[in-house]
Amino acid sequence: MVSDADLHVNDAPSRSDPDAAIFGAASLDPILARHNHDANNLLQILREIQEQHGYIPPDAVDRLITSLKIPRVKIEGMAAFYSFLHLQPHGEYRVLFSDNITDRMLGSAALMEQMCRELWVEPGKVSEDGLVSVGTTSCTGMCDQGPALLVNNIAVTNLTAQRVGTLCELIRNRVPLSRWPAELFTVTNHIRRKDILLGSELAPGSALAALLARGAAQTLDEIKISKLRGRGGAGFSTATKWETCRAALGEQHYVVCNADEGEPGTFKDRMLLASCADTVIEGMTLCARIIGAQKGFIYLRGEYRYLLEHLQRVLQRRREHKLLGRGILGHPDFDFDIDIHVGAGAYICGEESALIESLEGKRGTPRNRPPFPVTHGYLNQPTVVNNVETFAAASLIALHGGAWYAGIGTGTSSGTKLLSVSGDCAHPGIYEYPFGVTVAQVLADCGAKNTQAVQVSGPSGVCLAENEFGRRIAFEDIPTAGAFMVFDRSRDMFEVARNFVHFFAHESCGFCTPCRVGTPLLRNMMDKLARGRGSPYDFAEIEKLNLLLQSMSHCGLGHSACNPVLDTIAKFRPAYDQRLLHKDYVPAFDLDYALSQARRMTGRDDTGAHLGEAE
Amino acid sequence: MATAPGPKLKVATVSLAGCFGCHMSLLDIDERLFDLVELVEFDRSPLTDIKHCGPCDIGYIEGGVCNAENVQVLREFRANCRTLISVGACAINGGLPAQRNHLPLSAVLDEIYQSGPCIATGCTIPNDPELPLLLNKVHPIHEVVKVDYFIPGCPPSADAIWKALNDIIAGREPNLGHGLIHYD
Amino acid sequence: MSEATFTLDGKTIPFREGQTIMQAAMAAAAYIPRLCYHPGLKPHGSCKLCTVKVNGRHTASCTYQAQPGLAVESDTEELNGERRSLLQMLFVEGNHFCPSCEASGNCQLQATAYELKMMTPHYDHFFPDRPVDASHPEYLLDFNRCILCSLCVRASRDVDGKNVFALAERGIKTRLIVNAESGLLADTNFSADDMAAHVCPVGVILRKRTGFSVPIGQRTYDINPISALPQPKAGES
Ligand SMILES: Cc1cc2nc3c(=O)[nH]c(=O)nc-3n(C[C@H](O)[C@H](O)[C@H](O)COP(=O)(O)O)c2cc1C
Ligand code: SF4
Ligand code: SF4
Ligand code: SF4
Ligand code: FES
Repeated sequence: MVSDADLHVNDAPSRSDPDAAIFGAASLDPILARHNHDANNLLQILREIQEQHGYIPPDAVDRLITSLKIPRVKIEGMAAFYSFLHLQPHGEYRVLFSDNITDRMLGSAALMEQMCRELWVEPGKVSEDGLVSVGTTSCTGMCDQGPALLVNNIAVTNLTAQRVGTLCELIRNRVPLSRWPAELFTVTNHIRRKDILLGSELAPGSALAALLARGAAQTLDEIKISKLRGRGGAGFSTATKWETCRAALGEQHYVVCNADEGEPGTFKDRMLLASCADTVIEGMTLCARIIGAQKGFIYLRGEYRYLLEHLQRVLQRRREHKLLGRGILGHPDFDFDIDIHVGAGAYICGEESALIESLEGKRGTPRNRPPFPVTHGYLNQPTVVNNVETFAAASLIALHGGAWYAGIGTGTSSGTKLLSVSGDCAHPGIYEYPFGVTVAQVLADCGAKNTQAVQVSGPSGVCLAENEFGRRIAFEDIPTAGAFMVFDRSRDMFEVARNFVHFFAHESCGFCTPCRVGTPLLRNMMDKLARGRGSPYDFAEIEKLNLLLQSMSHCGLGHSACNPVLDTIAKFRPAYDQRLLHKDYVPAFDLDYALSQARRMTGRDDTGAHLGEAE
Repeated sequence: MATAPGPKLKVATVSLAGCFGCHMSLLDIDERLFDLVELVEFDRSPLTDIKHCGPCDIGYIEGGVCNAENVQVLREFRANCRTLISVGACAINGGLPAQRNHLPLSAVLDEIYQSGPCIATGCTIPNDPELPLLLNKVHPIHEVVKVDYFIPGCPPSADAIWKALNDIIAGREPNLGHGLIHYD
Repeated sequence: MSEATFTLDGKTIPFREGQTIMQAAMAAAAYIPRLCYHPGLKPHGSCKLCTVKVNGRHTASCTYQAQPGLAVESDTEELNGERRSLLQMLFVEGNHFCPSCEASGNCQLQATAYELKMMTPHYDHFFPDRPVDASHPEYLLDFNRCILCSLCVRASRDVDGKNVFALAERGIKTRLIVNAESGLLADTNFSADDMAAHVCPVGVILRKRTGFSVPIGQRTYDINPISALPQPKAGES
């Protein structure tokens, strides 16, 4: 296994060079060459330009238009979709505080204020000297070591006032990231409970050898027998997916590993890629053999940029060991290689068809389905998209057999599940359990006390109250993609739901009307309640909007955007009732404040220049 | 129109940030006005010159909310009227006055009173307490108080108003078919 | 062999293999509300106005393949209520001041809202700031009214072969952009002959000096409700 200590800090891209204002051909050519001058790789090209220069300069855009023969609007439309890409300078240091509820519970808001104060910058803006911008971003997947932030897309965890002070000084002194103390960039993998997956030392190549000994069709049978279901959330049968793809006609087949892990509170894929990359890649390679693919992708979320060089080294080592590339394990007809695509701050790209759009260098909007990726995926070719953990489990099955795997867990949920535990507990981190474990058991193991609620599977998942802690983690009871956020009795569950609603509004791709407009409306309504301006009218409106999002949205994001609100209303109603301060409707905005500009301009302050609240 | 079952309904009307077009349209129901006054009597309204609204059955509101006075009047109506009807484009989405909403109020006031091309030098923004202060943005009335019914149009036609009032008086949701429902 | 059919609100609708519910319904002159579908362009499925219930499940009819025996519900109180909410969202998302809009009376958003009896935009308005582009000698772009249906994007890209328009940003910030360094229509190869010049269902892409030439009362949807008009064929807007 590769430990995190191997993740060298020099992997961190250095700070952008302010003198390189002119984007010379010299810096663009290698990027274009690396990506075969292929417009399908536009996101990767833009991301690398951004990494070198801190933004995508106009002359780079001009050159891409001619070199890739693509219209300007394609580049601009792309760049403006992904929150980590910028067409204007956005500071030499771009700091983004992770804004998950778990970061907030650990005091991230105050730390961000501190940084803004110390660096003289307004949140969301670039400092006047162009040195730094400070803002927030969706959960960065460091919930077990928050509060966390990204600086030029590299994670800094375990923030304290002191650490923030250190960062401010480094930034003020313009110290390049590559010379920041390595300790700042340490990401620890807190593995708290191991079971069959994390407990096994799978020798690289052993599962592939088993596959070749058994045969592809027979290995697919083993996967079928194992009853393995996807770990990305939906729990679709992996064997069925692979079988359909294997049978689908196409010029090429593709394997895609979904490492976008954007669901707030989830960080188990990060740990797998850091500590068990071989097992994951081996699973992808198995899949390739079974479906007949020669090319695969790992779609790594931009927040996990720090893992890129590590993963590339693992891929390279596997190529050298004939576990990847041409003639795998000496079989002349077994060619398969993997490219890593790094995302750029868009949760929706975890949705498999949006992910494929993104892989094709487009805005990440979910496709119309059917057809599904298994028949019409990457470049319209048959494509398997699976979660990181699903591929890892497939390796275990290839090695140990389907029956063995099916014997673990429950009847309809075989095997084990990695949980990313965070929030109010003594031991946040990764816990591997056989399916069927009770919520109460997990709470006991992680040292949670006075627990009021658990949000399982992130904002899209389900919020459980104390009377439900006897329920089980399993597809037939509580399905999960892996997040397990714990809230003790001191927490305000309304604020938890409000944080999640902000997340969805921020991450809506904007494709369909109900979610594009509905999620910000829902956000505004929750904010209205938070400002003490709520009445039963607003409450009814929220409920109506929830139903609309559920029924009319195009994809899972919109469908589940109201889940946190529905759940907390059902289970923590007093948290809402105490916000419905008014019997009758009051406006969302403060009328007296709405007169403040006019007061200032006229210099008036008489009674007629003010408006109280309506009786 | 339905015949009056009991005492006449009390109706108050007002134009907030509007142009009185929706009042003109009400008058445009022509001879049906005779039917109407059989059914209703007017409380505060430009038609009666009553200055404050007493308890009413129906409040008929034209125009959006652009200043402090609009807010006070609207609140008076909401407090006194059982049923509040938002009439016309300006009441419903701010209308023409709301087309300033993308500009900061300071820029609007400055342009109009201080720096506009036809303004004499040295002019200032009036600060007479008699003049209601402007809100940062112009709002439809339903963003300030709860509204029960809406009659769209700029202005709604006399026929649309007649039909909608009939529906409302009869206790029905106004139902305007093709030709009657209009946003312009 | 008899034709394959499905039912739409109980009415039998024949269809050809490969047709969507929307296409078959349009061919049979049955109205399903729609804003982002155009017969000459690839279905997009984004406005969701055309959502119907197929075997009890909500789905966009412009992207759903017709299948024999489907029972499709469309003109129901539930669906029309949900559609009305979507229309209200579109109205508050942009700045729709119909009385001063050149498209008024010919606008599909407005006509659909009339059809579904939308009396109010209901929600709080976003009142976004969206400057107009008057740079082009023949055309005006008033983005205030853009509903992000992407019809112009698809027409320009897939039919005109030009890519004059595209969508940028995401979520509620999504906006239409123009293919020029200046961002201005005048600096593109946009032309009045483009399909993109004629597909906008609302009042964004407007021919200059032709506004308000048809008197009120004689405009497209003054005469007939949108549901009663002949369904457009490919190439017409
Ligand atoms: C909004 C949204 C976000 C998603 N994000 C992820 C993700 O980050 N990782 C993931 O594996 N699956 C994610 N999914 C699920 C994928 O669409 C897909 O079902 C999954 O990758 C399939 O892999 P599996 O069968 O191994 O679970 C997401 C789905 C939706 C609707
Ligand atoms: S539901 Fe939201 S995220 Fe999904 S397609 Fe619609 S706008 Fe995009
Ligand atoms: S585009 Fe249509 S709905 Fe919008 S203002 Fe113009 S006529 Fe009204
Ligand atoms: S300009 Fe018109 S056609 Fe283009 S996206 Fe906007 S509303 Fe649709
Ligand atoms: S017409 Fe079908 S989604 Fe717009």
